[in-house]
Amino acid sequence: MTVESGAATTAAPLLDQPAPDTPDQTGEFIQLLTPEGERIDHPDYPLDLPADDIRSMYRDLVLVRTIDTVAISLQRQGELGIWASLLGQEAAQIGSGRALSPDDMVFPTYREHGVAWCRGIDPVKLLELYRGVSHGGWAPEEHKFHLYTIVIGAQTLHATGYAMGIQRDGADRGEAVIAYFGDGATSQGDVNEAFVWASVFNAPIVFFCQNNQWAISEPLEKQSRIPLYQRARGFGFPGLRVDGNDVLACYAVTQKALQAAREGQGPTLIEAFTYRMGAHTTTDDPTRYRLASELEMWKLRDPIERVRAYLVRGGLADAEFLAEVDAEAKQVGARVREACRNMPDPPPLALFDNVYAEPTTLLREERERYAAYLDSFEEAAGR
Amino acid sequence: MTKLTLSRGINEGLRKALENDPKVLIMGEDVGKLGGVFRVTDALQKDFGEARVIDTPLAESGIVGTAIGLALRGYRPVCEIQFDGFVFPAVDQIVSQLAKMRYRSLGKVSLPVVIRIPCGGGIGAVEHHSESPEVLFAHTAGLRVVACSDAADAFTMIQQSISSDDPVIFFEPKRRYWDKAEVDTAAGVAGALPFDQARVVLDGADVTLLCYGPLVRTCLESAAAAREDGRSVEVIDLRSLSPLDMDTITASVRKTGRCVVAHEAPVFAGLGAEIAARVTERCFYHLEAPVLRVGGFATPYPPSRLEEHYLPDLDRILDAVDRSFGY
Repeated sequence: MTVESGAATTAAPLLDQPAPDTPDQTGEFIQLLTPEGERIDHPDYPLDLPADDIRSMYRDLVLVRTIDTVAISLQRQGELGIWASLLGQEAAQIGSGRALSPDDMVFPTYREHGVAWCRGIDPVKLLELYRGVSHGGWAPEEHKFHLYTIVIGAQTLHATGYAMGIQRDGADRGEAVIAYFGDGATSQGDVNEAFVWASVFNAPIVFFCQNNQWAISEPLEKQSRIPLYQRARGFGFPGLRVDGNDVLACYAVTQKALQAAREGQGPTLIEAFTYRMGAHTTTDDPTRYRLASELEMWKLRDPIERVRAYLVRGGLADAEFLAEVDAEAKQVGARVREACRNMPDPPPLALFDNVYAEPTTLLREERERYAAYLDSFEEAAGR
Repeated sequence: MTKLTLSRGINEGLRKALENDPKVLIMGEDVGKLGGVFRVTDALQKDFGEARVIDTPLAESGIVGTAIGLALRGYRPVCEIQFDGFVFPAVDQIVSQLAKMRYRSLGKVSLPVVIRIPCGGGIGAVEHHSESPEVLFAHTAGLRVVACSDAADAFTMIQQSISSDDPVIFFEPKRRYWDKAEVDTAAGVAGALPFDQARVVLDGADVTLLCYGPLVRTCLESAAAAREDGRSVEVIDLRSLSPLDMDTITASVRKTGRCVVAHEAPVFAGLGAEIAARVTERCFYHLEAPVLRVGGFATPYPPSRLEEHYLPDLDRILDAVDRSFGY
């Protein structure tokens, strides 16, 4: 008997078919401040922040953007090897970062400069990594802010394990964990494993995904056929989408999700819908893969402009305040620039330090031999 | 003193660690009710509860990744990877995360995580259940890599590994799980040989035979056979594969003038290659013959009906010893 293959004659080649359900890029999200700076209410996220807090958020947004701009310049001037810009993602980071309580623990990617700012980490410390003088070097427990993780998604498992530790330390600790990652990371096995673990152990964790639309050159439809926040449902915990360029909404949803985690209600996935306005890093050239018009559209949704508009229109900030913030930004930028340029290289033999709790015989031997080798040049030079 | 299987020796060591330090956790697939597929964690969940002996979802990267998080929180997790060939999904977490955290943090972060891996062949298993990946981890700075070879050593070495502030990859020779030895479970680890030192398990004068894990017993059998031929073989159980106890190795080879390294892992770019280079540097004027290696071939692990040809046995090790005397 011969079996006729219908597919060969009737179906288009598989690769030409569009995915039946591409991710919804225009769908609704939780928003409390429109791009025009209009304050709107959301029934699930009532928020009544004092004007001081909103002014302070504005200050944070401006300062981290300034630091970012300075860092890009420093890279261009050869002072940094590379920089991963947060341009466009300031609200997602400052909003979520300010929602943390001092005891909450953060597990960042390598782009969380705004969250680092909220945790009191000196921006100069962040530059150490990109200048190549250390792999990080701040004290994670002191700031409750783990080292930057470069391998995509790996930190989500660390965060989940840390949250399991909180559970084991006792239920009344009132602590939660937040794991940052991007849209590309949602394809990683580690992120999916973290979702599984957090779900079955009901771990006190918030998964904060900044969907900035681009994983280097790959748009979201290369990662997912459904909106990312909907992934959570399959893992058995709530997922929601927030306007990632709205600092107030990011603050409100993160605060609520963290509180749920602290109260034993388990994980939440937050998809902060935002946009990477700059290049992936200073080595990237986004003009090769995306249209300038897309960037222009997102400029209209700028995370800082809307806060400024809201503050000014509502009479919550005057020209003097705005000028003060700008002046402070200038100062901070100058300090960071200066500190970066003056940052010394570590001494050569430091490369042997901190491999093990105590140096092994092998390391001691290699260190001694290399020290003698270096000394031989000094001797040859007659010093 | 009690006669225990190697599997039981590890179990008793884990029990001691759980008793002595409330921060010690056991985690892995099937480690709870089942007690692990080799029963190494038998009855521990019953006695220490599900919060400390954790049956995890089935994903190795998840096991190691969450163990890192627990260690950051101050715990001392002991992860079980069910079989050697299943460790590879966890390699990023082990190599890029676990091993490097102390270095990356300039010493501010310690990750006292132990990863137990049943290793090696000889049990007629299906593929991916008989591998010897130790050199991948020995090549990774920041990890300690150890291999136990009998119940008594396993009992103390697992406790020393858990006490270590460095991450430890702990290899267990699965075909020796049922071998028995006298173990003093009442004794503490204070007087035990440090886990980063090699042990001379048989004194000899003519040739040094270096081995670890499953091949220690095989090498002792080879040495007994060689003795009948009038050759005195010194057998050293390396125990620590990284760091290597070069002092013990060097002292022996300077005495015997000959050195053979045996392991199940492929000879090419195996631990024997590193040892041969280092022994040559340190013992050049004492050597009567080049350092020889005997081990697995440059093939994937074969189907189990062929593993007797792949695994170095008494005769292949003797053959290497003989070759050493041919120079």
